[in-house]
Amino acid sequence: MTVQLDFLAVLHYWPMLLTGVAWTLALTVLAIVVGLALSVTFAWVRVEGPRWAAIPVAAYVELLRNTPFIVQLYFIFFGLPELGLRLSPVLASAIALVLNLGAYSTEIIRAGLSATPKGQTEAALSLALTRYQVFTRVVLPPAMQKVWPSLVSQIIIVMLGSAVCGQIATEELNYAANVISANTFHTFESYIIATVIYLALAILIRRLLNWAGPRLIFGG
Amino acid sequence: MPSAAEATAPHKRIVDINALRKSYGDNEVLKGIDLHVRPGEVVAIIGKSGSGKSTLLRCINGLEEFQDGGLVVDGKPLLYDNASAMRALRQSVGMIFQSFNLFPHLSVGRNIMLAPSLVKKRDKTAARVQAEALLERVGLEDKFDAMPEQLSGGQQQRVAIARALAMDPKVLLCDEITSALDPELVGEVLGVVEGLAKEGMTLLMVTHEMRFARKVSDRVVFMHQGRVHEMGPPAELFGNPQTAELRQFLSSLQE
Ligand SMILES: Nc1ncnc2c1ncn2[C@@H]1O[C@H](COP(=O)(O)OP(=O)(O)OP(=O)(O)O)[C@@H](O)[C@H]1O
Ligand SMILES: [Mg+2]
Repeated sequence: MTVQLDFLAVLHYWPMLLTGVAWTLALTVLAIVVGLALSVTFAWVRVEGPRWAAIPVAAYVELLRNTPFIVQLYFIFFGLPELGLRLSPVLASAIALVLNLGAYSTEIIRAGLSATPKGQTEAALSLALTRYQVFTRVVLPPAMQKVWPSLVSQIIIVMLGSAVCGQIATEELNYAANVISANTFHTFESYIIATVIYLALAILIRRLLNWAGPRLIFGG
Repeated sequence: MPSAAEATAPHKRIVDINALRKSYGDNEVLKGIDLHVRPGEVVAIIGKSGSGKSTLLRCINGLEEFQDGGLVVDGKPLLYDNASAMRALRQSVGMIFQSFNLFPHLSVGRNIMLAPSLVKKRDKTAARVQAEALLERVGLEDKFDAMPEQLSGGQQQRVAIARALAMDPKVLLCDEITSALDPELVGEVLGVVEGLAKEGMTLLMVTHEMRFARKVSDRVVFMHQGRVHEMGPPAELFGNPQTAELRQFLSSLQE
């Protein structure tokens, strides 16, 4: 049996693929920015925040880390309308990705914060820094430096996981591959191309984050 | 010559500790400490492990909360519930730790510049000039761009001293600052401290280096079970200890 591959038939749909890449990237960037901001705050709450706040944060982290992403997405998209909150596919996807990355990275960053020796906090306090300055300038940067490789991996997992968002008709890359495959009957080629693009995106994002971390997040 | 009474009059005291009591839970660790330090005085605090030396130092800059008594540094009372008063006090009190506690993600120079920039709002050039001068003072003028992990323990501790000095403190607290060092590195750190003492810095230092305490300090405080058990000029305290506890402590060091 010989397989005849016809990539051109698939690439003919390049505007759709491009839209898919754009949505995948947009959702990922949003998840990185909002999800990381959220998780730094939540990690702080868990390590040195008030107890009344630490408990709900712990519950959120456990809930999100112990349920499938697709269930979380369906809950937001199909479940919340029952409560009167109707969200567009893109918005539901964005919220699901932010919350998912937020939960995992809260746990990752929390571990990093706990690893910063107490003596550094004490040295900073005795230099008359405010509690906020101690956290942002002394405790957080080395913590982020320590856990950055884990965070980058988690971000890649979330980017790849965004493929599931096609299930609620978010026009991300996997959704584009689905549609093209249905229209052209070139299923194999459609997914080969999607695979290659995901691979390229993952490598690109990893490189970008490895570059950006020391410069933007934890550089001196 | 000022009389002895004048020298310890309240307005001449830079550190004023009155009837200070501190407990961890049920364990009372400081059982009523009175200590009055004149500007420029060098006070060595000695005593057995667990006698409360570190706890006392940590109370002076508010790293530990005490339950009873009063503490005033450079006219500023310690007020735990007032964050800005707390920081005002901490600007007057520098502290150097046994474990150096340099910030590992910042270069040596930026370790020193951080607090003056953030707290004193010193501009970048001024902070840099000051940091360079301080590094020269501790003999590390070529280490501005080095990272802490690239330095020896003695060098790290000298950077920590420079970092504390960058805030222009009135009082410097030193808690066994040479205990984590290899013996051959102790001298370079003590040399810097001795220089500070000669320049008139007020120093409260917990130390196990008795020879150094004897040489540099104006007064030695012997702590025992949470109290100032004996206190006096080094020659008297070491030469003619009055209490059995101090005699026993000193002889335990000979072994
Ligand atoms: N964070 C803490 N929680 C509970 N107890 C403590 C704490 N820190 C110190 N203690 C207790 O307080 C007492 C005094 O401790 P401190 O560290 O002040 O002694 P020290 O004189 O500095 O001893 P060393 O020479 O070993 O450093 C000890 O009994 C110690 O167990
Ligand atoms: Mg101690």
